[in-house]
Amino acid sequence: MAQPFRLSRGGRIDRTRPVRFTFNGRTVDGFHGDSVASALLANGIHLVGRSFKYHRPRGILSHGSDEPSALLSVDRGPGRVDPNNRASVVEVRDGLATHSQNHWPSLEHDVGAINDLLSPVFVAGFYYKTFMWPKKFWDQVYEPVIRAAAGLGKAPSVPDPDRYANRHAHCDVLVVGAGPAGLAAALAAARTGRRVILADEGPEPGGTLLHDTSAEIDGRPAAQWLEAALVELDSRENVILLSRTTAFGYYNHNHVALAERITDHLPNPGTAPRERLWQVRAGKVVLATGAHERPLVFADNDRPGILLAESVRVFLNRYGVAPGRRIVFATSGVSAYAAALDARAAGLAVTLVDLRSEDECGPELASLRAAGIEVLTGHTVIGAKGAKRVTGLVVAPVDRAGRCGAHHLIPCDCVGMSGGWTPAVHLFSQSRGKLDYNAAIDAFVPGTSVQGERSAGAAKGTYDLAACLTEGDAAGAAAAGSAERRRFTASPTPTGFRPVRAMPTDADPTKVRAFVDFQNDVTAKDIGLAVREGFRSIEHVKRYTTTGMATDQGKTSNMNALGLVAGQLDTTLPSVGTTTFRPPYTPVTFGTLVGPARHALFDPIRTTPIHAWAEARGAAFENVALWRRAWYFPKPGESMHDAVARECKAVREGVGIFDASTLGKIEVVGPDAAEFMNRLYINPWLKLEVGRCRYGLMLKEDGYILDDGVVARVAPDRFHVTTTTGGAARVLAHMEDYLQTEWPDLRVFLTSTTEQWAVIAVQGPKARAVISALVEGIDLSPAAFPHMAMRTGTICGVPTRLFRVSFTGELGFEINVPSDHALAVWEAVHAAGEPFGITPYGTETMHVLRAEKGYIIVGQETDGTVTPDDVGLSGMIAKAKKDFVGKRSLARPDVVAPGRKQLVGLVTDDPALVLDEGAQLVADPDQPIPMRMLGHVTSSYGSANCGRSIALALVADGRARLGGHLHATTPEGFARVTVVDPVFLDPTGERIHA
Amino acid sequence: MLEALYRTARALPLGRFPAADPAGSGIVIQPAGAEARLSLRVRDPVASAAGLALDRPINRLSGDARRWIARLGPDEWLIGADEAEGDTLPGALAADLGERPHAIVDISHRNVGIDVSGARAAIALNAGCPLDLGEAAFPARSATRTLLGKAEIVLIRRPGAVPHYRVECWRSFSTYVHGFLVEAARSAG
Amino acid sequence: MLLIACPHCGNRPETEFRCGGQAHIARPADPAALSDAQWAEHLFVRANPRGVHAERWCHAHGCGRWFNALRDTVSDRFLETYPTGAQPTQTSDARA
Repeated sequence: MAQPFRLSRGGRIDRTRPVRFTFNGRTVDGFHGDSVASALLANGIHLVGRSFKYHRPRGILSHGSDEPSALLSVDRGPGRVDPNNRASVVEVRDGLATHSQNHWPSLEHDVGAINDLLSPVFVAGFYYKTFMWPKKFWDQVYEPVIRAAAGLGKAPSVPDPDRYANRHAHCDVLVVGAGPAGLAAALAAARTGRRVILADEGPEPGGTLLHDTSAEIDGRPAAQWLEAALVELDSRENVILLSRTTAFGYYNHNHVALAERITDHLPNPGTAPRERLWQVRAGKVVLATGAHERPLVFADNDRPGILLAESVRVFLNRYGVAPGRRIVFATSGVSAYAAALDARAAGLAVTLVDLRSEDECGPELASLRAAGIEVLTGHTVIGAKGAKRVTGLVVAPVDRAGRCGAHHLIPCDCVGMSGGWTPAVHLFSQSRGKLDYNAAIDAFVPGTSVQGERSAGAAKGTYDLAACLTEGDAAGAAAAGSAERRRFTASPTPTGFRPVRAMPTDADPTKVRAFVDFQNDVTAKDIGLAVREGFRSIEHVKRYTTTGMATDQGKTSNMNALGLVAGQLDTTLPSVGTTTFRPPYTPVTFGTLVGPARHALFDPIRTTPIHAWAEARGAAFENVALWRRAWYFPKPGESMHDAVARECKAVREGVGIFDASTLGKIEVVGPDAAEFMNRLYINPWLKLEVGRCRYGLMLKEDGYILDDGVVARVAPDRFHVTTTTGGAARVLAHMEDYLQTEWPDLRVFLTSTTEQWAVIAVQGPKARAVISALVEGIDLSPAAFPHMAMRTGTICGVPTRLFRVSFTGELGFEINVPSDHALAVWEAVHAAGEPFGITPYGTETMHVLRAEKGYIIVGQETDGTVTPDDVGLSGMIAKAKKDFVGKRSLARPDVVAPGRKQLVGLVTDDPALVLDEGAQLVADPDQPIPMRMLGHVTSSYGSANCGRSIALALVADGRARLGGHLHATTPEGFARVTVVDPVFLDPTGERIHA
Repeated sequence: MLEALYRTARALPLGRFPAADPAGSGIVIQPAGAEARLSLRVRDPVASAAGLALDRPINRLSGDARRWIARLGPDEWLIGADEAEGDTLPGALAADLGERPHAIVDISHRNVGIDVSGARAAIALNAGCPLDLGEAAFPARSATRTLLGKAEIVLIRRPGAVPHYRVECWRSFSTYVHGFLVEAARSAG
Repeated sequence: MLLIACPHCGNRPETEFRCGGQAHIARPADPAALSDAQWAEHLFVRANPRGVHAERWCHAHGCGRWFNALRDTVSDRFLETYPTGAQPTQTSDARA
């Protein structure tokens, strides 16, 4: 395609590097350095999308990140489709595929455009008013319809194959924005030797200097100054210059998030990550984020071909593209004059319509006319002509009272409009800084700072080039702690301007479609209606009309919306206030936020030293906290049920081996260790002999069970504490908290040894026989090594803390060995056990075996509101102890009140029925709903050893109900159960002492 | 047979990973071999014990590559030494600490070391470590507990001409930490 | 993410810390001597001021030490950090 609107010369594009991409399947030619927007305009393509609500034809409004209308899907292949990219910031490259959005069947012929004809129906608050009644319509009609119509663009349907990176960075000065103010700030800060990061969202630093071709700085063309500045910054090792990098969030204590786009602009991205999230902690921040031009509000101001005036200038000067051949500039201030002059200089037919009267306009007027530009002062814009492209602008003379004279049509194919400028205060506002309203420039500007930041240049409402540079320099120097200041000279920037809310018109206001928010299709009429219907707060108006929402967050629309609300309420702008600026400043991909935290790096997957053995044995695994534990070991053809039944029988009848390495372990050491334990656990510890163990129960101060575990006294001043797998970190933190903040006088030290010791549990009547040949230095005989004892010695030559403990109710040992030897010891024990039929078992069997014995699992039988007495363990409380953590709460009124839920066993009438854990229990299934629920099932299994199903439950007054009947909910209805003692097997505990 | 292998045949969780320079980034990631490590806790410490300095500021490393001590808090030190010293060092420390209340706990098997070196090593670490690793804030001989992604680590910067860091994490986190560092080095560009 | 000055380690990012809620609530020496109402007050009732608040923080992924801090809950500015058991140098009605 021939690029008929490409100017014959000028621009920063590289005409020696042609680029070819597609738009809606059609091949488009451009040059390296083009944005998609500039390349489309070079080819005369203005219609690039359909609006959200009315499906009106939309074109390109802006050249920058504030673009509300030209949203495209960029397709880089499967899983790499990104919706809602602004055509103005996507760089062209060979092979780039782009698509317009929000239309069907095609951009040119869109069925949804019927909404535009129905626009009198789709007024502000349409959804709230319409989708109310009848109630049943909501699920079946309204919601599906709204969901189908909602959203901009389409989300990709397959996983994103790209890689994303993350980097924490620190600097003394972060400068956001590399326009003249930002560059001056970065230079001043860099010269102090401080660490500087300069981030700019564009592909090329320079900001307005990239298109302000007539400007001069310090007596030379601005482009030369820019080049020298970049050479200097580049040469300094203390400077990181990031282009294509958007500072999108300003968080606490100068923590600023930047999104760097690394590869999207490259035809061959290679192996680099696509994007990188920078989490920058800056000593000081300089915000040189520039300003956004305001559209004018007039009828049909959304027609393709109507751009912001400065954007016309950018397309002309930076990209060498004429957005039209007959351009009308409509403005209420002088800033559009430069664009008009540049357009004229490019050989285009130019008319300028200025709302201001002849005498309001400054001396710049004369230079315009001298250049051959027709200027109409004191004229308003009544409306635009054309549908898929503007064809003319209807203007009329207007006096200060707003009375319009005769209409007059100016034919044109492009309009550049300017309603003044809005400083980009988003990041300042996110930093919690307070905005001030500056009436002279009709804008909110940074006021009181809360964090260590300062704004400079247009972001602060300073529009004169020399002033921007001087201000930037001062901000950069001050941020770096330097007293040095520079003054700059530059060509002057005229700034005359008259604030205007909506262009005066003599048309019936109810018939006019003058857009305020282009992305959300909010018109001046909608805002008026919202105020008339009683919405006063700008936050409410925003949500009712949707102005300022969606991907652009109202960058071009907010000030006009605020002004209209203020006008309607007959109040001032500052009293209306602004809506809250929230991150992100511009849309950020989920990939950038997620970074490398995907797949294996999503979360640590903790495995034990014996994991590989279990894996090789075909174990099924389950997640327990971050741990991946062997769940059961199915033999070929076995179901989970079969495997667990076999494992359970094997432990009770022979011997089983279980990997208990994930148990939390804490070494409690010091002269006051026993006293410390005494204060933290409900049990007594002072008299526990060295070499003996105790099952300890620990409460929170509120009296509820926090954790449990077996504790061995290794030496008078040393305890080996075990915790639940999931509770390890919590218990250590709990202990440290009390030790440091309540009892700093206790001479005790806590060290986590969870991963120092792997734990191999050997359980069952033949356990002693299995390990006896491997253990040295420990007498394993029952008399010398009774239940709940701990001995040190060696196993297979490896030092061990050997516990005689049992969570199965059988004779059992837990072999603690240093982790790096655990696999070898495990294999040796397994080999020694093979003659005895040793059976590896997993967590499911462990759960069943302990339930058969009525042993609780913290977090299963307890839920943070369960006391020792509730689970039948009040006998463990050391009565003689005056105090321990949680003791006082055991006397709280609600803890001693009757009717608390107590741990019981349940058996179903049907021995094959395994209840659901969590099933509710009631006394009478025929009572009216809502029923009185007495408790719930906490654990439930099929028990091969009991020959039937068993369950544990917490039931109100449970111990008083032994032998009685309750009814449990099941998916098929109620099932009758009998309340029994929670110990289903070996109630006298003989087996454990074997 | 295992007896003979004890102390020499530790099955290190990262044993199967060779030194790697992912994507030719100049950042070398090398799982450390078997080492002895102790956690030492003592209040009001003596100036040194077993030849290891206890009087250095918090977050400082002293000693040499074969026998080092990092002060992680006011009363906490992490000690690293050759594997052969694992049996003798606790006794030597205890002797020098005398009656002062203290705790010496063997954590040789709890900790896993990964060495990260190269001119751009800090960039890879900063993919997941939120600390300022610049020369002024984290010079050679710095040592601290911190985070790498979702794992807790101890980060030690060893002295030397080329930046050289030791990352220590708990055993079961080592696969994650190693994988994280490899990915970070690939993305350090 | 807050930047918090650990009294031992200096400025560190918030992710290394755990917040322990209101500071200066000592565990009663003899809980048994307290009435139910007094005990409930100790256990459950905490201040939630708009402004300067004395809080407990633990440098959990650092030196592991607990300490106290004065933080303005409006601005999130830390006025000071100080050891457990000590009192702040600034009064808690100081404004940020």
